[in-house]
Amino acid sequence: MMKIKPGSGGATMGGKATVKKIFSTYGIIVAFVVIVVVMSILSKHFLKADNLMNLIRQVSFNGMIAIGMTFVIMTGGIDLSVGSVVALAGVITASFQTTDKPEQLMMLIPAILMGLLVSAICGLANGMLITKGKLAPFIVTMGMMTIVRGIAMVYVNGRPIVNFTDAFKVVGGGYVGPIPIPVIIFAVVIVISILLLNFLTFGRHVKSVGGNEAAAKAAGLNVDGIKIKVYVLNSVLAGLAGIALASRVNAAQSIFGEGYELDAIAAAVIGGTSMSGGVGTIWGTVIGTLIIGIISNGLDLLNVSAYYQMIAKGLIILVAVLLDRKNK
Amino acid sequence: MEPIYSLKNITKEFPGVLALDDVSVDFYPGEVHAICGENGAGKSTLMKVCSGMYMPDGGALYIKGKKAHLRSIADGLKNGISMVHQELSPVPYMTVAENIYLGHEPTLGAVPIVSKIQLIHKTRDLFEEMKIEGINPKSMMYELSVAETQLVEIAKVMMLNSDMVIMDEPTSAITDREAELLFDMIEDLKRRGIAIAYISHKMDEIFRISDKITVMRDGKHVGTHLAADTNTHDVITMMVGRELTDIYPKLETQAGGVAMQVERLSKEGLFEDITFNVRRGEILGIAGLMGAGRTEVVETVFGLRKADSGKVVIDGKPAVIKSPRDAIKKGLALVTEDRKGTGLVLTGSIKENVTLAALDKYKKFGFIKKRSEIKATDGQIESLRIKTPSRNQLVANLSGGNQQKVVLAKWMLADADIIIFDEPTRGIDVGAKAEIHSLMSQLAADGKAVVMISSEMPEVLGMSDRIIVLCEGRVTGEIGKEEFSQKTIMEYAAGIRTANTEGGSIVQ
Repeated sequence: MMKIKPGSGGATMGGKATVKKIFSTYGIIVAFVVIVVVMSILSKHFLKADNLMNLIRQVSFNGMIAIGMTFVIMTGGIDLSVGSVVALAGVITASFQTTDKPEQLMMLIPAILMGLLVSAICGLANGMLITKGKLAPFIVTMGMMTIVRGIAMVYVNGRPIVNFTDAFKVVGGGYVGPIPIPVIIFAVVIVISILLLNFLTFGRHVKSVGGNEAAAKAAGLNVDGIKIKVYVLNSVLAGLAGIALASRVNAAQSIFGEGYELDAIAAAVIGGTSMSGGVGTIWGTVIGTLIIGIISNGLDLLNVSAYYQMIAKGLIILVAVLLDRKNK
Repeated sequence: MEPIYSLKNITKEFPGVLALDDVSVDFYPGEVHAICGENGAGKSTLMKVCSGMYMPDGGALYIKGKKAHLRSIADGLKNGISMVHQELSPVPYMTVAENIYLGHEPTLGAVPIVSKIQLIHKTRDLFEEMKIEGINPKSMMYELSVAETQLVEIAKVMMLNSDMVIMDEPTSAITDREAELLFDMIEDLKRRGIAIAYISHKMDEIFRISDKITVMRDGKHVGTHLAADTNTHDVITMMVGRELTDIYPKLETQAGGVAMQVERLSKEGLFEDITFNVRRGEILGIAGLMGAGRTEVVETVFGLRKADSGKVVIDGKPAVIKSPRDAIKKGLALVTEDRKGTGLVLTGSIKENVTLAALDKYKKFGFIKKRSEIKATDGQIESLRIKTPSRNQLVANLSGGNQQKVVLAKWMLADADIIIFDEPTRGIDVGAKAEIHSLMSQLAADGKAVVMISSEMPEVLGMSDRIIVLCEGRVTGEIGKEEFSQKTIMEYAAGIRTANTEGGSIVQ
């Protein structure tokens, strides 16, 4: 129990506490700035416009998934199936956009919607099994991870889909002015997600379910419905990333997206999302995504081998979480 | 006589909060020393410093005359200081015996293998010594009720043979019968020369068991008196810093029509054939011992549990309630007993909690109308006098009384017609208690139907217009205001008297 001095906040506690408070709120930004500064000192190419544009395009794919993952983690759940959904949505949409199979060519938009619809069904299955089947999210999505990957492999029979229509090539490879289209998609996803989480009742419900499911239920919230929506949202965002990615690399393969779920979880966690639910922000996740992207981009520029990059990424996740814990 | 434990000029700060301000207290062997104060006065913080859980920012601790540096609860235990915490901390998927001897497991001689047989035997002996009946040492913790869990928590500390035992509201979750057991144990500890620090909000028990009383207010030490030299009125005045006139401000009201009728509600193993009604403008008290099924009945009515049979009629129409969502739509509200379990989202702010059940009122096309939400929250903070620097404060950082007010505020905004309070003032100081009571009274006066479960006899008698008593899952009696007495309630609650169908009663 403590006494609360009315109106004082933390301001009267002296400089030390204020610095600490700022660091605990904005520590992730401080870390981000430090990493950017270090990288720009180490590599002359880092701050060049074309490298930055390239970097942001690279992180857009992981960013979309990480934002979906943030919602899931905030309800106290986890979704390991997103990497597989990336592959499945990619091959589905690509299969309607390849000149190799003229008999099933579609307009671009319906083809994309097909990919997203299949993704949504994956999310719905996750959500239903978790809420109605009362199974642990880890188990359900681990099963779905394998099933969905298998479906993607069956669908293409293990072969990549290539020779896309011109329209489809634009989705991942095109530009509006100087800005790559995946970056624009990512920006739209960010804006919508911030609206969802901070301005709509949906976001409040997500936070409450993750913070205390029993209290949320007792307050009359439709807990199952909220969770199902979150898993569907996450899958659809993963599908969107998968479609854009297939277009970007001019090929759709059933092995795409392996390990993406871990990058997404890492970005969310670096950004301050609590694995026990109830706490997280979209901007935190975006910065988490950028940090992961910058590390790998910067280390690429410095010709550091991919093996060392893995070690660096792992360390950053641990340091981020440790700092977060220390400040609480 | 030398004190066992001396606290000298203790200061403790939390961000934005000076929780303890130059507090000095001595604890002597064989003495029960009560620490009183409103919620947020710093009692629990002081005890956490005592036990080693918190390190003080200023001042010093002396144990048996020697300066001590306690860095953890483990340090405290090594120095003979143990604590019964207010927050229960069971390991749910372990047995009662395993919980009690956690970290002190009896082994097979020098071989570090836990002896399950000894574990059970020792627990049986301990329970026998403590006169605890009805808890099986082999039961899993999660099977126990809150009150039983609290008894196990006390047993854990009894097992340690400490020089000093700190008890932070040990009776907040148990009924009078178990409290009697606890007082016997405390007498026993006194005889063995153990010092006891005792935090409680219940004045009658403080005066019954304590030798000395220290009062705290706003983190400061207000005074220490021998219990024999002071009285309830003076202590309360010192606690609140002003004269408090009435803890049970029940307004006279005229009961209107039946708002809710519960008919023959049954759930196997929990309760059977529960029938009662509540009228507009009245407070219906539900009394009974622990495990009588009171909480389970109201949780079923509210849709948190499923009934096997029976029905709920609201405003003359049968109501289908399958979830709390349905219940809220029918105008019901349930202020649950378990604040942290089902009452609050601890990761959320005051605002997020206060509007949780009524968020639909503050939305347009799915968007939260931030301004009207803030206005509603501030209105509740003001009318319920929630002490906080900001509406965006996390509820986890509030004191127990203020947390309880947040739960109440949530249901006030939900505009319910039938409001069920389950132990609304458990573990809450007199000041906040009086405020919550006057709120309940006002609700009834406004024509709402109020149901109140309470294990505190004075509260049940002081606030109810009518009382029903449950015993072992059955309604054993209904008492009108003119027949109110502690004795009658206890007889019904213990099952030695039951009302027959003609409305008379039979004493067995």
